[in-house]
This record gives sequence, structure tokens and C-alpha cells, in this order.
Amino acid sequence: MSADETRAFARLQMTHIGRPLPRPNAERLSRGAARYTPDIDLPGLLHVAFLRSPHAHARILAIDPSAALARDGVVAVVTGDDLARIARPFEAKLDHLPKLKAPKQYPMAVGIARHQGEAVAAVVASSRAVAEDALDHVIVEWEDLPAVADPEEALAPEAPRVHEDLPDNLAFVSEIRQGDHAGAEAATALSLERDFSFARHTGVPLEPRAIVASFDPVEERLTVHQSTQTPFQTQAAIAAMYGLGDSDIRVIAPDVGGSFGIKLHTYADEMAVCGIALLLKKPVKFVSDRLESFVSDIHARGQSVAARMDLDAEGTVLAMRVDALSGIGPWSVYPRTSVLEGSQVLTLTGSPYGLKAYSGRLRLAFQNKAPMGAYRAVGHPIAMALSEVLIESAARRLGIDAVEIRRRNLLPDDAYPFRTLTGLHFEGLSHHRCLDRLVEMMDYPRLRAEQAELRKRGIFRGIGLAAVIELTNPGPALYSVGNVRVSAQDGCTIKLESDGRVTCAISITDQGQGNLAAIGQIVADVAGLKQGDVRIVMGDTAQVPYGGGTYGSRGAGVGGEAALRAAAAFRENILRIAAALLQTEPDDLDIREGMVGAKGSSEGRVDLRKIADIAYFKPDQLPKDLQPLLSASGHFTQLTDTFVFTNGFQASHLELDVETGIVRLLEHWAVEDCGRIINPMLVDEQMRGGIAQGIGAALYEECLYDENGQLVNGSLVDYLTPSSATLPDIRVAHVETPTRTSTLGAKGAGEAGTAGAPAAVFNAINDAMSPFDAEIFTMPATPERILRALGRIG
Amino acid sequence: MTETTVSMTLNGTRIEGRVEARTHLADFLRSRGDLPSVRVSCEYGVCGCCSVVLDGKVVRGCLTLAVQAQDRDVRTLEGSTAETEDLRSAFVERNALQCGYCTPAMLLTAHELLQTKPDATREEIRDGLSGNYCRCTGYHAIVDAVAATAERRKGGVDR
Ligand code: FES
Ligand code: FES
Repeated sequence: MSADETRAFARLQMTHIGRPLPRPNAERLSRGAARYTPDIDLPGLLHVAFLRSPHAHARILAIDPSAALARDGVVAVVTGDDLARIARPFEAKLDHLPKLKAPKQYPMAVGIARHQGEAVAAVVASSRAVAEDALDHVIVEWEDLPAVADPEEALAPEAPRVHEDLPDNLAFVSEIRQGDHAGAEAATALSLERDFSFARHTGVPLEPRAIVASFDPVEERLTVHQSTQTPFQTQAAIAAMYGLGDSDIRVIAPDVGGSFGIKLHTYADEMAVCGIALLLKKPVKFVSDRLESFVSDIHARGQSVAARMDLDAEGTVLAMRVDALSGIGPWSVYPRTSVLEGSQVLTLTGSPYGLKAYSGRLRLAFQNKAPMGAYRAVGHPIAMALSEVLIESAARRLGIDAVEIRRRNLLPDDAYPFRTLTGLHFEGLSHHRCLDRLVEMMDYPRLRAEQAELRKRGIFRGIGLAAVIELTNPGPALYSVGNVRVSAQDGCTIKLESDGRVTCAISITDQGQGNLAAIGQIVADVAGLKQGDVRIVMGDTAQVPYGGGTYGSRGAGVGGEAALRAAAAFRENILRIAAALLQTEPDDLDIREGMVGAKGSSEGRVDLRKIADIAYFKPDQLPKDLQPLLSASGHFTQLTDTFVFTNGFQASHLELDVETGIVRLLEHWAVEDCGRIINPMLVDEQMRGGIAQGIGAALYEECLYDENGQLVNGSLVDYLTPSSATLPDIRVAHVETPTRTSTLGAKGAGEAGTAGAPAAVFNAINDAMSPFDAEIFTMPATPERILRALGRIG
Repeated sequence: MTETTVSMTLNGTRIEGRVEARTHLADFLRSRGDLPSVRVSCEYGVCGCCSVVLDGKVVRGCLTLAVQAQDRDVRTLEGSTAETEDLRSAFVERNALQCGYCTPAMLLTAHELLQTKPDATREEIRDGLSGNYCRCTGYHAIVDAVAATAERRKGGVDR
């Protein structure tokens, strides 16, 4: 966009952008009329059930499908070997990280199963129940292999190897050392080093993973319905694996019942479903049940980190050091790899502060557990917890208030642009304004006074804060240099329909965040339409322009900018036609509420229906030299920066029962600066939903494995998530610092809640325990762990 | 597996179907293809996603066998639109749904809650909905929408 256009945008009459308008698609969703992938039915549809490895690590000596095949309704039993004959294995590489090992991964296990839950064979049958029944009759002869579960043990020289063809289980190692270490050391008065541990947990979208694949042998076209955030990524992955052209594959994401990152990976079993459709040339469907979700959806976090913070006597943070170790399962997940969680911990830790020195190391180990991938706020919750929990721990030791120590250390609001020691570029953050707003919103002094009062009566409340930064609107840097076919570009096409309404097809997707609504608001304002006249199409590779989809908090920021550009171009096109019709110049006209007319006048305006009528049916009424353009496109890639950073602050208030170790959450606050807000109601609910998941990480959620790599709590009975009764009210407020990397100025808002909540809750717990001189650094803070920290149990 | 015939009143209409004894009610209703509001998630009786109304009470569709509904009255959201409309529009207004997967069950449960406790406080709403999981919203907006509906049903002022 030119500077002129940016100024024009700034002058826009915004009747939609910035307003808390309800989401048009909420009408349909709230009536229960949504169609999720499990609801998709096709003529002749067959159903897949997977035989999954019960072992964490075992050799497959033989598979005998005969008894299963003999059962009524069973159409085929497909093994890993069958698919290996038609599939090129994935290798999840990033070209700029040659040290990252990328063992080959097939759609189902070939020869060896490497985690409990890995698909080994598939029964294809007339119904899911028939297929599941037949699983018991597929006889697999196993030879148990020693499982490598613990990442530290995985890296021991004598450890059994997850991949026989690799020299060891070290998947990746990276180190960083920046700044003036000698200077920082000389000034250090307090050095805190703590061992943090962050449990493996997972996303638990209520709609499980699901896919329907059907192959048309005449057209040689594969159509896939998938519960996904990233249809074009699926298209590219299928093409790469099965040697089809991208555009021979149509991927449709119908309504998606939550995703949170879980549904942006290319899952081997879903690729197997596509392979089965190609083999059998019949439509096939797979819907994961909850038990298999727990062992086959990606897991996240799962890191142990030794972290150190050095401060001077006034509480100035001088240096941080982190040493992180994580087990990533048997593979780096295709196509984005399993590096990001760890590498983002390495680059993000301590970044709200102006450190003098920083060093870090990251080691990733292969192990026999479910693969680790990207779940909402990748790396951030860990990075934020390390610096925020340490800084409040230091504050207590130095006798400095938690707010005061932030004020002394946060980068000043006029310090931007700023580059951190780890190379992050901050265009403009507002830590201090957010903190001020937070303190005011939560009435911090009153809460502290109340806390002191209650303590005298043996009631232990805690208040914890967390500064948050979040990387959003990613540019192409990572996947472009990594040579991975994940698009950072998004596209939008707007077309005038013959009834005067418009259809806007865009490559970003909506899993409930409200992207569809936000895009409609942008298009309506920029093109001068009523939102009700804008129909949005998403999630179908055959209907929308190419683009990255939804990941990395980019939907509104990157997709929104593509929509803005398309809408601006569309508006120009319409004005040109209207000018010819009204015998004036386009510059003298404007479009308001779908009516075109002379600027500033409400007389003689024509509606878009009339424009459409003339352009489509009576173009002879237009000048002969005008061939009207009746659709327009806009594309956008955020090219200015690697990421666009947002910032914010959170606080948690809770009460700790020191006898039982049970935490009762009282209230949670968040102040968020995500740049220009398109719809505050959507942003607020993204914050709240994200915070809920962050609270889950802090208090409840943990994939518990035994030493043999068996998940022992893989059902919703045993795996705890926050409920309406355990969560508190969550208050949200905003500071708005628009980004200059786009005309729209919007940054992402989907992940910051999850990024900051665990740190805030942990600080509140540690604050509540402070009279006992106890602290906790292991997530989740279960009652047992809290009692242990309090020294009440051994 | 042997099948039996089951008949019930579904959303006001007498229907009949063939089911295996083990088929749970949610699966039976889903298999009809015309009740998209019926969904499952955990199939363990935990998440409440599969909730339907059996003889006027909200039950877990995944813990109820289809044959248990024999000669009984079954209602899904599709058959409860009139009485839940105000609640539903409060959900839309307040953005108390994101992906919508939990929403039909949430509406049925919240409606039942407000019938038994028209004066429910926020705490009571939170307790009353605690058997219905929502992974997207963090529940705050849902509590707001239910509380606002309670106010409106009492003829009180809008909050
Ligand atoms: S699906 Fe029935 S309670 Fe979860
Ligand atoms: S709105 Fe997605 S689970 Fe509730």
C-alpha cells in the first residue's frame, strides 16, 4: 500500500472495524447446524479404524489380517508396508538448521513402531464399529524393544536408539551467547538458579481430528475434507507424499471444532487415510476417538529447563541463562518440525527486559513417546514463566514489590525500535502502559492490603503478575530459508454478485476465533458495504486464493491486510463503473452502506445491485472503452519483519489451602496490546480462551507417562482440563499500538493468553506460599506438588 | 451383532430405528444424519458434548444406550429451539461460543439449569455447567450469557 492509501485508510469512516459486532457465523453455529468433518458423509463411504501400537518401541515381525478380512463388512486391511509402496516418506527438515535430524516417517509404521499409539495397520470397513471390532482380529507379532522415555536418559551414550540408522538420540542442539557477560557478572548481587519443569500436555480440541478422503480415478483428483487450520499445507503434504500435483488435490476444511495448533500438523495417520483412498479408489473416513487422540495428537511443552537470573542489588535484571532439554517423540513433526517450541524458548526468554548478557542451550532428544508439535503459544508459556517466575522470586528476596521490580526493568515505552540480544526486533511495545492499566484494573494496592489482612487470619492468598510478549504475523523468514512449503502469504478475492452483494474468498481459516467476522468487518468498511452484504468463503482450496491459513496469530493481521487490499481494489473498480454511469470522476464518488454517489451527498446514490445489473446484463449502457472489473484481489505477506510482536500483562489472584495444596482461582486480569483491534469482543474472547488453556497448563494438564513410554492418563476422565467451576472470571483491557508493517495495523491476539497465564498463576502460588518460604517450579502445580514444596509431605 | 428395533418420540415425532444393543443414544441420533447438533467428544461421560434431553432431563448421550430410550421422549437442540431461543441469542450477542462444538449441549444444560434455578448466581451457573466442557471460551462469556438470560427471563433489566 502506498502512503496515500494508508492515509486514506486512516481517514475511513469505520462503522465496523473496532466495534464488538456479533459474528455472522455464530447464528449457524449456535443453532447446532454446523457441519464438522465427522458429519461429512459421501455415497459409498468406508470407515477406517487404526490398529495402534500398544508398545512404545517394538519390532513388527508379522501382521496377519486374514481373520479380520473374513469378517462381515471388512473391505480391506492396509498395513504400513502397503502404504510404503506408494508413499514417499516425510523428512521434517529446515534447510537452515542442518543439525536437525530428520528421520524418515511413513504414513504408518514400517518394521518398527516407535511410540504407543503409532498406527500400524488400518481396517477399512462398512462402519466404524465394524472396523473397530475387526481390529481385535488383526494379529500382529511383536518383538519388544527397549523404550527410551526420559529425554535425559535418551541422550546417555549407552541409551537404546530410537532410530537404528542414527548415531544417537540427539535430534537437535543449539547454543547462544550474547552480550557483556563479564560486565553483568561484575554487577551481580543476586543470582537465582532454578530447575523448572513443564509437563507434556496437549490441546484437546473437543472435535477430535477427522479426515475424509475420496479419489476420483477419472479426473485423478483427490478430495479431502479435514478438520484443519491449514488446508493448503495439507494439500502440499499429500502432493509430496503421493506424487500428485498440488492442484490435483482439493482440501476442504468444513466447520472445525477447535484446533489451537493441534490441527496444523500433517499427521501420519491422516496421510494414511489419503493413501488408503488412493489405493482403494473409494471414499474413506477416519475420526479419531478421544483415547486415540491422547496418544496420537501432538503433545507440547514437555521441557526441563535450568534457568538463572542475575540481578544487581537494586533489582536490575542483568543476565539470564537457560539450559533446556526436551524429548520430541520419535520424529520431528512434518512439515514444521519440532524445533520451534524449544528454539522460541531460547530466543524469547527475558525479552521484556533489557538484558546485558544472555546465554542459552537447547537440546532435543528423540524418544519413544507421542510426537511433539506446535500448540497455542509455542514456546511462549515456558519462556514467560522462566523470566517472570524468576523476577518475582528475586523481588521477594530483594524486598521489592512485584510491580516495582517490573517498572525498574521493563523496556521503556519509548525505547523502540529495539533489538534484543537474541535478535528479536520490537517495532513498538507498551509494557509500562499495560502495567499501569493492569494495576489500576485490579486495584493492586487494595488487593495487597487485603492479602496482608487475611494472612493474619491464616488465609493465604497470592497475587502474581506476568509480562508477556508474543510473536505474531510471521513473515516468510523461517519457512522460506528452511525451504518448507508453508506459506506466509495470504490472498483474498472479492467478487460482485449479480444481486449486488459480494462474496469474499480468503485463504485464512476460522476455527471459532472469529476470523470470518473480522474479515467481513474489514471488507465492509474498506469497500463501503454493509457487513450483511458480504459473504465470506474460507477453508476450500478450490474456492479461495492460495495462502497460509491460520497459525502463528496471523489470521486477522496478515489475512486482514489481504482483505483490506482486496477491498480497496474492489472499491476502485466499482467507483470506476459508477463514475461512467453517473458521468463523473471516480475521485468525486464514494461508497457508503453499499450505495455509490457523490462524496458528501445522499442524493442520487445508486446501489451495488444496480451496478451489477448494468455490468452483467446491460454493459452496453457503459462507455465502449470500459470493460468493467467485477472482482478484485489482494495479497499480503508481512515482509517488514520476521515477526510483529505484541505485548501485554496478566495477573492472577488465588487462594491456597496450605493443608490440602488446593488452589482456588479468584480472578484473572489481562491487558493486551495487539495493535489495531478489529473487533474487541473477539479479541477479549481469544484472550479468555487462551488464558483458560494457560491455566490448564499451570494447574491441571499433564500427559503422564510411565518409564516404559506408556501414557497412563490418556482419557478425559484422567487428564484434567479447567472447567467452568475451576476457572475464575477473567477481566480484559486493551492498549492499542498499531503496527506500521501493514495498513490495517492489526497484530495477532490468539496466543498471548496462553503465553502469559502459567507465569501469572505460578507467581501467585509462590506469592501465597511466601510466608512459608516455599516456591514451586514444576508445572502443573498439582496439590501434591504444592504440598511437597510446602514441606508438608515428603 | 444382532439388531433390535427401538422406537421413541424424537423431537415430538414418533420414530423407529434398528440398533445394536450396544449402540449409544448419541451414535444412534447421529446416524440419522439430520441432527447435526448431536456430537460426541470424550465418549466417557465426562465432557457433556453429547447431552440430549431424555424425558425432560439432560442426559449424556454417550452413556445412554439407544435401547434405553425405548418409548421415551428424546429431544435434541433441533427440537428445543423455541424454549432455548433467548439463551441462544444471548450466546451470539455475547460471543459465548467460538467453534460451536460444545454449544448445543451447553444450551440444553444451561436451559435446564435456569429452569431449576432461575435465580442462579454466577457461582451457581459455573457449578451447574461444570459437567459441560468448552475448550475455546474459558467459560466467562458463557456465564455472562446465561446470567443475562436469567435476568431477562425474570423480566429484569439488561446487564
Ligand atoms: S461425549 Fe458424552 S460426555 Fe463426552
Ligand atoms: S466453543 Fe469450542 S468447545 Fe466450546
